[in-house]
Amino acid sequence: MSLVVTSVAKQFGRFPALNGVSFEAPQGAFIALLGPSGSGKTTLLRILGGLEFADVGQVTFDGLDWLSIPARERRAGFVFQQYALFRHMTVAKNIAFGLEVRSRSQRPTRAEIARRVEELLHLVQLEGLGRRYPSQLSGGQRQRVALARALAIEPRILLLDEPFGALDAKVRKELRVWLRALHDKTGITTVFVTHDQEEALQLADFVAVLNKGQIEQIGTPADIRRTPASPFVAEFLEDVSDARVLMPPPLQRAAVRLH
Amino acid sequence: MSVIAIPGTRNLASPTDDHSAVRIALILISAAFVALFLLLPLITVFSQALEHGVGEALAAIREPDAQSAIRLTLLVAAIAVPLNVTFGIAAAWAISKFDFAGKSLLTSLIDIPFSVSPVISGLIYVLVFGLQGWLGSALRDANVKIIFALPGIVLATVFVTFPFVARELIPLMTDQGRDEEEAAVSLGASGWRIFCRVTLPNIKWALLYAVLLCNARAMGEFGAVSVVSGHIRGLTNTMPLHVEVLYNDYQYVGAFAIASLLALLALVTLVLKALLEWRYAGEIAAVHRH
Repeated sequence: MSLVVTSVAKQFGRFPALNGVSFEAPQGAFIALLGPSGSGKTTLLRILGGLEFADVGQVTFDGLDWLSIPARERRAGFVFQQYALFRHMTVAKNIAFGLEVRSRSQRPTRAEIARRVEELLHLVQLEGLGRRYPSQLSGGQRQRVALARALAIEPRILLLDEPFGALDAKVRKELRVWLRALHDKTGITTVFVTHDQEEALQLADFVAVLNKGQIEQIGTPADIRRTPASPFVAEFLEDVSDARVLMPPPLQRAAVRLH
Repeated sequence: MSVIAIPGTRNLASPTDDHSAVRIALILISAAFVALFLLLPLITVFSQALEHGVGEALAAIREPDAQSAIRLTLLVAAIAVPLNVTFGIAAAWAISKFDFAGKSLLTSLIDIPFSVSPVISGLIYVLVFGLQGWLGSALRDANVKIIFALPGIVLATVFVTFPFVARELIPLMTDQGRDEEEAAVSLGASGWRIFCRVTLPNIKWALLYAVLLCNARAMGEFGAVSVVSGHIRGLTNTMPLHVEVLYNDYQYVGAFAIASLLALLALVTLVLKALLEWRYAGEIAAVHRH
């Protein structure tokens, strides 16, 4: 097992965000952290990315004591829900950022960086848009730039925080298929946070269902579908067949009230 | 009238009329107010300065005491503005990007110079650093002069212009959030690189704007500086203080000539500010488009 998370806990003030979370996954796996908002899935992802610190617990990845490595040395490609692109830089500059900030001895030459940027633009199917600014792109295009930027540093692990959450349903479905294909091509271990059951079950090799800071169940999509480990998991998955998943969250709440 | 009156529709025709009447009245009032209280004094300053011709006004500016006042004012601004830019960025960065105990206290402390009368802030420095003050004897033994000397004037100016940069940056940086900085960390950038390549470019227009306002206030400050300066001609008189001295000596041309310089500075600041706002508007739009 390559990614081993052991009893990770985290509190914000008096609110326990994570309550002793443990799981394991092999190198190259595509793992979805699935749960309602407030279940701790984003906190767990941010701890893996070094943007948040665990109060207790351990993480080893690729044989490394992962939590003792500072965020900037982890080479964890982080993709944010709101893209977090550098708004004053062109797309090409955004993608090149991770290479350009390396220390002089490790920095590729200018020509090499330009070549890498072209390659990545090709990979995310945005050839010819390198000179645009993020504000001139659609949501789906921005998220692909964010992915290219994360891939530029040759990440050891990809961490995606509801990457398609801000996109409309059609684009979300397209990107989902594309992301899985990308993962199969690169083989980078990927942890993916979502509250969309369908997304998690369709994309991931392993799905961890979180609730109130704890993992209710972890397994392959087929396992989880066939034998939900708790009433919470069963109920949470039921929604997949429901029309509610196609509605944005405010309408979902309205629909719940209508029941 | 054959029109059927529907209850509550009596005013239907008039609101727009009312509206335009009110609008015209408001515009007239503001225009008259601006002309009377802002434009007229400004014109008076320039006309008084030029009363005996351009030559005499220029001569008043070239006079050694006036030259020394101009130099002192520029020097004070050149020290105070960078200090407050440094502090302002540090405070805005801390407040907008980190969570820590006492954050709201710090935010309100920054506003103190806005709510305290400048004279009082000057007095406080006299009480602390003056000969009879808390640190007075220690400073005298060490042969350090603060009050009635350059350091005192700089201190008073720093105090008064303290909030300008921080106040301008905090809302913008809070609005921009920490996502971009977090993305930069995960891409391997060091703190200093993140500041130079991500944070600073995102705030540069607001920062320039704040520096202009801070500078205008630093050069024009009278109250706090008046208390700590000691009014030594050719030595500790800044431009605003020199204007007062000349005016009290009935040297009206000189007083208004220096005042015109200060007013010109204000006008230049206004023009630059307008230019920046025009530029900065696009940038703010980009912030929200993002």
